[in-house]
Amino acid sequence: MIIDILISAFLVVSGVFGLVGSIGLVKLPDPMMRLHAPTKATTLGVGGALLASLFYFYFVVGRFSWHELLITLFLFLTAPITGHFIAKVHIHRHERPDTLPPPGGARPWASFESDDARTRTEGHEL
Amino acid sequence: MLIRKILPHPYLTLMLVVVWQMLVNKLTLGNLVLGLVLGLIIPILTAPYWPNRPRLGSLPRIVEYMVIVLWDIVVANIQVALIILFKRNADIRPTWITVPLELHSPEAITVLAGTITMTPGTVSSDLSADGHSLLVHCLHAPDPDAVREQIKTRYERRLKEIFE
Repeated sequence: MIIDILISAFLVVSGVFGLVGSIGLVKLPDPMMRLHAPTKATTLGVGGALLASLFYFYFVVGRFSWHELLITLFLFLTAPITGHFIAKVHIHRHERPDTLPPPGGARPWASFESDDARTRTEGHEL
Repeated sequence: MLIRKILPHPYLTLMLVVVWQMLVNKLTLGNLVLGLVLGLIIPILTAPYWPNRPRLGSLPRIVEYMVIVLWDIVVANIQVALIILFKRNADIRPTWITVPLELHSPEAITVLAGTITMTPGTVSSDLSADGHSLLVHCLHAPDPDAVREQIKTRYERRLKEIFE
C-alpha cells in the first residue's frame, strides 16, 4: 500500500516536471533560455519515472533492476553534450564576438577562432 | 609494479564490471566473472589510446562530488521549474558569464562543463580557444558574480582536488 503510494507519487512528480519542461519550451522567449528547460526540468522528470520503476521492480516484482541506474548514467553523460551542441549552434548562428563577454585571454571563444588562426597560434596542422 | 601491469586503469576496470552487471541485470557468479574478464582485458587493450590520462584523486572525494552534484540537480530542477511557472518573461534576467578556469586537464574541464549544464540555471556553451575560460549562459542571474563564485568554490575547487 505505502509502496503503491510512493510509486504513484514518483510517477506524478515525474509527469509534473516533464510537463513544466515542455511549458518552458513554449513559454521562454529565446533559444538559449529555452535550452534550460529540457536540460534541467526534464532530468527530474525522467529521474522520477526511473525511481518509480526501480521501486516497482524491487518491492512488487521482487527483484532488483539495474537498468534504471544505467539509464540515469547515460542520461547524465548525454544531456550536457546535447545542450552544449545546441548552444554552439546558437553561438555560430546568432552571436558575434562583441555580443558575448570577453573570454579574458588572448584568444577568442573557440566558436569564433578560424582554423587558420588556430594553426598559426598552435604552430602545427591539426 | 605487478598491480599496475594487471590493472593499468583501476577505475575503468571497476566501471566496466559495474556497467556489465547493470546491462545483464542479474547478479550471478558467471556474470560477475565475465564482467571481471572484460574489466581486465579492455583496459589493457585500450591502454595505448590513453597516453596522458589523468590520475584521479581519492574515491571518497569522487563519491562526495557525485552526491553534491546529484543533490544540486534536484535543487536545479525545482528552481528552474519555479522560474518557468511563476516568473513573467519580462522579469527573467538571462545573461552570459565568463568563468576563468584554474583546471587544465581536458577531462576535468569536461566534467566541470557537464556539471554546470546539469545544475542551477546554467548551461556551459563554449570554451575559449586556449582553454582558459568557459562561457556559461544563466537563465536567471540578477547577480552574475555570485553565480561565478559558486561555480568556482563549489565545483571547480573539488574537481581540482580530484584531478590535480
